[in-house]
Amino acid sequence: MSDHQYTPESKFGKWFNDRLPLLTLANHLTDYPTPKNLNYWWTFGGILTFCLITQIVTGLVLAMHYIAHADMAFDSVEHIMRDVNYGWLIRYIHANGASMFFLAVYIHIFRSLFYGSYKAPREIIWIIGIIIYLLMMAAAFMGYVLPWGQMSFWGATVITNLFSAIPLVGEGIVTWLWGGYSVDNPTLTRFFTLHYLIPFLILGLVVLHIWALHVPGNNNPVGIDIKKPSKDTVPFHPYIVIKDGFALLMFMIVFAFFVFYTPNILGHADNYIEADPLVTPAHIVPEWYLLPFYAILRSVPDKLLGVVAMLSAIFILAALPWLDTSKIRSAVFRPLYRQFYWILVADVLILGYVGAMPAEGLYLLIARVATAYYFLHFLVILPVLGYKEKTLPIPLSITEPVLGGSPNLATAKNKESFKIK
Amino acid sequence: MKNLLRIFFLLILFTGIQLNSNAAEKVEYLKTDWSFKGLFGKFDRAALQRGYQVYTEVCSSCHSMKYLSYRNLAEKGGPEFTEDQAKAIAASFEVKDGPNADGDMFTRPGKLSDKFVMPYENVKAAQAANGGAYPPDMSVLVKARGGGVDYIYSLLQGYEDPPEGVTLDDGVYYNKYMYGNKIKMSNQLSDGLVEYSDGTNATVEQMSKDVTTFLMWAAEPHLEARHQMGFKAIIYLIILTILVYFSMKRIWSRIKTEV
Amino acid sequence: MSEKKTNRRDFLFTATYAVGAVGVGATIWPMIDQMNPDASVKALASTEVDISAVNPGKTITVLWRGKPVFIRRRTQDEIVEARSVKLEELKHPESDEDRAKNPEWLVMLGVCTHLGCVPLDQKGDYNGWFCPCHGSHYDTSGRIRKGPAPTNMEIPKYEFVNTNTIKIG
Repeated sequence: MSDHQYTPESKFGKWFNDRLPLLTLANHLTDYPTPKNLNYWWTFGGILTFCLITQIVTGLVLAMHYIAHADMAFDSVEHIMRDVNYGWLIRYIHANGASMFFLAVYIHIFRSLFYGSYKAPREIIWIIGIIIYLLMMAAAFMGYVLPWGQMSFWGATVITNLFSAIPLVGEGIVTWLWGGYSVDNPTLTRFFTLHYLIPFLILGLVVLHIWALHVPGNNNPVGIDIKKPSKDTVPFHPYIVIKDGFALLMFMIVFAFFVFYTPNILGHADNYIEADPLVTPAHIVPEWYLLPFYAILRSVPDKLLGVVAMLSAIFILAALPWLDTSKIRSAVFRPLYRQFYWILVADVLILGYVGAMPAEGLYLLIARVATAYYFLHFLVILPVLGYKEKTLPIPLSITEPVLGGSPNLATAKNKESFKIK
Repeated sequence: MKNLLRIFFLLILFTGIQLNSNAAEKVEYLKTDWSFKGLFGKFDRAALQRGYQVYTEVCSSCHSMKYLSYRNLAEKGGPEFTEDQAKAIAASFEVKDGPNADGDMFTRPGKLSDKFVMPYENVKAAQAANGGAYPPDMSVLVKARGGGVDYIYSLLQGYEDPPEGVTLDDGVYYNKYMYGNKIKMSNQLSDGLVEYSDGTNATVEQMSKDVTTFLMWAAEPHLEARHQMGFKAIIYLIILTILVYFSMKRIWSRIKTEV
Repeated sequence: MSEKKTNRRDFLFTATYAVGAVGVGATIWPMIDQMNPDASVKALASTEVDISAVNPGKTITVLWRGKPVFIRRRTQDEIVEARSVKLEELKHPESDEDRAKNPEWLVMLGVCTHLGCVPLDQKGDYNGWFCPCHGSHYDTSGRIRKGPAPTNMEIPKYEFVNTNTIKIG
């Protein structure tokens, strides 16, 4: 943690800091040496912090008006939308905030994949990140159940039924999850409790995530280790703060557009119909951010194996630092990996698309091919690529390419400027 | 900056895909110009008032609107009946209240704070009276249908004789916009069915548009406030973004590098 | 020249901070205002009570805004007692004429002004109300006469819609 010894100037400050070194922490955070060539893909860490806080604050406020009871949940949501002062605003921020959160987290994850941020010595940061992502999915799923609309009810039914795939104990586990013989009031109240709890778990993990980040320091677009502090770094405040702030504002404009002008576009119309245990909606689709995994689940014809495939698709990410055998971090210097990277991006987008479509005919075939490729990428392509790929020469420091122009990715892609002298 | 533009582009693309995937419903709905669409969209007050008239005189005999109260009729951003008009409307309904001191339920004229009176006591009673089909509550109906207002507007005008080869059971009707084309509600609207107090010609098209506007407001009573606040919020964000951008340029100019 | 530049930079930063602060304030307000009474609560702010069945010497208690309202049809003795008190004797001087426009009917919030308990009817040293929580005595006009309560029991806004109906609020 300590890059240099910090002593507060005021007497009280010193007295306080000797007992609780909050000021040392604050000083560490503001002075934290950050690579100065970070591009805008790196601003999503700050944006995600904003998303988490927004969800927690609006969520707390909604919980003051929401009633977690099967007979009243839907009514209480309508009460929030109609009567509570600014209730509609707060609910729409919370509902769309979930989508914005996932949008940001996907960009954050794919940034890490491109620049190899998960590689040594940052494996723990990455694994904590994957746990946060898992918890986010759990929180989002349970949150979607709370309005007790048709999609809430049937989404809860379908997802909890995944556990029935477990041999022998599956049925018992599902009954235990439900607290009855179907999704009903006991299920709703426990989901509400957990939905309230998980964000605080995430918050704790975010602290660990950042702590683990501050040990080796940030990766950067060039992907090489840098000395800190040095002429390659800038203090976090004000340089990175203002840049993150600028990016956050751009993000908020998009966010505001959703909240104020198309607040329901990311949701599903069926969720404005109150839950009815007797009628299943024509198409059950999860929220868009879960679609790729939903596609993987449905592409496997066997119930148990489908669930296994879906979970593996997530857990495989945790093993990524060891599956990727290349010593070079940034895809900027890995011409082959760069191509496979974009194929993976396309693959995941395709999975998301077919996840929203009915699981039949051509869609099912595409889903199967895309699922197979997803695993092929992580289990075969990445390990082999590390040995076979001919990488480009990497610079000794991030200031070096400055001699040839700018340290930005755009120029970094231009191979000429990276020849080692 | 280049990267930033790329991210922005991605976000817009993402929005576009979302808009498209939802718009990609199979049937082409009838189109009309809705006053409440767009950045500054507002409700047409007269249409809302006429729409309320259509709802009360036609729809309300089967469809409830359980989340609306009579006070809503006088609230800002809605039909904006005067408070006295809204009181008179409320008082024209018999509301069940109680129990009184003797423990009996009784009826009294409605008050502003009362919810819209429901045509049936409960869902079962509604089903029993309608051949097993529950006429859905219309409070949030517009938001509960994929096609939204266009769907409802089209459905009301979509009754046709069934094409060759389609047989309909008793109490089932053919509607070209209904999901599966079979609907248990018969055609309710006919030209001149209601007599508008403002003299508007009550064609089927006009009534469909009015009542759909009314339903949109019912589902989204704060739509006008949302549009107004949204415009201010986005203008504000743009101004702050510009200020922060120049501040950032200024700060980063202390070291020689491009942001 | 260089001084001018500094000024402009200061202005830019100050403007950024100021505009940012306005936004933060505007964002916080909805989070605070949501805890205020909502539209459905405000709509219930008035209630009408049928008083045709209340005999002299009887009190009915009705709920208004979640609080009890005492509606007492006073006897002639009580009215005389309430109106004969000299204002100087009172801790919180208010004439009965001001408190009960129609002397037969006393309409007041049944909430002790000490700490919010509901006083008991026809109890205490002054034939009015007595609060069991901390021993405040009220007279037949609901005025504080003895005990820790600082003021008389509050009279809500009400009107006689007709001879049989009172509208509170």
